[in-house]
Amino acid sequence: MKSAREMGLVACTRCNRVWEPGIAHCGRCGHKLQSRNPLGLQKVWAWWVLGLICYIPANLDPMLITRTLVSRQDNTIIGGALELGRHGSWGIALVILAASVAIPVAKFSVIAALALGVRHGSRMSAERRQHLHEIVEYIGRWSMIDVFVVAILSSLVQLGAVVAIRPGQASLYFALSVIFTMFSAMAFDSRLIWDAEEGEVPDLAPLPAPSPKDPKEEPAG
Amino acid sequence: MAHAKASADPLADLIACPRCDAVQHVVEPQPGQRALCGRCDHVLIAPRKSAGKQIIAVAVSVLILAVSATSLPFLRISRAGLANASSILDAALAFSSSTLFTLLSLLLAGLIVFIPALRALLSIYVLWPLVRDRAPWPGAIGAFRLSEALRPWSMAEVFAIGCAVALIKVSDLARVEFGPAFWIFAFLVILVPVQDGLTCRQSVWRSLDRSLVHPGRKERRAARDAARAGTPDLPTGRTP
Repeated sequence: MKSAREMGLVACTRCNRVWEPGIAHCGRCGHKLQSRNPLGLQKVWAWWVLGLICYIPANLDPMLITRTLVSRQDNTIIGGALELGRHGSWGIALVILAASVAIPVAKFSVIAALALGVRHGSRMSAERRQHLHEIVEYIGRWSMIDVFVVAILSSLVQLGAVVAIRPGQASLYFALSVIFTMFSAMAFDSRLIWDAEEGEVPDLAPLPAPSPKDPKEEPAG
Repeated sequence: MAHAKASADPLADLIACPRCDAVQHVVEPQPGQRALCGRCDHVLIAPRKSAGKQIIAVAVSVLILAVSATSLPFLRISRAGLANASSILDAALAFSSSTLFTLLSLLLAGLIVFIPALRALLSIYVLWPLVRDRAPWPGAIGAFRLSEALRPWSMAEVFAIGCAVALIKVSDLARVEFGPAFWIFAFLVILVPVQDGLTCRQSVWRSLDRSLVHPGRKERRAARDAARAGTPDLPTGRTP
């Protein structure tokens, strides 16, 4: 099975229409046509680094500031989850730890592995790597759980002097980190995985200028 | 290849997998069946019977639910004679204490309510004429493109799980009561993925393509691009 690039064609990633090279926008959906984005991997890394930078203060700063009559408590993400666990809600603590620690860490490593794999080759099969990419794209949004929890708590728990909850700095950094890694995963073009699989060096140069020859033969099935 | 299709462009019958770029000839599956990419098993086409009407119905409900869920009280807590009720918008705007946090607030409000509602509106706008076998309304292509681009940013269901976690956290601080919006939102969370599951992008794109009868912006741009492609000094695939 040949890729559009091998056939000298350009495919629209939004509506899957195939075009002759040299057309800038898809004639069906208007999406920008690019055989491969030469800056794609750089974009992936740029968002990745930004996400990682934001992830550090997200874990060090307090996520939730709880004031009661007698005390003030600053909870980081992990601290808050452990606190919940100590109160007996280990299930919820696990949900938080999974959403705010396990998923982001797994996401950072998978995206990095995918991007490195495209450049230097990988022992994993293309199918496996593509599945990983799909999982990362799907699961990324679920990291926002903790930010939403903070948002709900700080709007709801406003009982004057008795108890009040305020969002901490970390919530902002954490939300940004999730958003940046979502962009990073989106910037990764999974077609590069398959290019390398076909033995083609990941050559990101644009396709050669169109020649006025007859349309390529279509493969069946 | 001998294909007796009315379409002038022989490439129009081909599908390139958006995931692995494999070009293939896909026979349109029967409603309820799916066509997978021959190389990477990505779902290419998954049409459903009268999906258009169902999507419109679901989208209308999403819109109604979203409007009512935002305006009615969502949760209410009380402790030691003090009480506070909060709506979803309050939750989304909880961060608006400083400028930076205001940005985050607007973003959250978008993710929770506005993007799901906007996507419902766009679906109705795109599908309504198609269901009635009319030509698409102006800008339908752009509308569907926007709706597809916003798909990962619609986070109503993530917010729902966040609610569950928050409730458990609050329950040892104070007494919690559910407002009407809470139950409305619960339905909303179920309906938004239903709407996505029903939508087969490929089928929508195809029907938008077929039914375009008037030369619109799309044709003009395609013609312009084709004219440009003839000039040799322009590179293929613009490199920024």
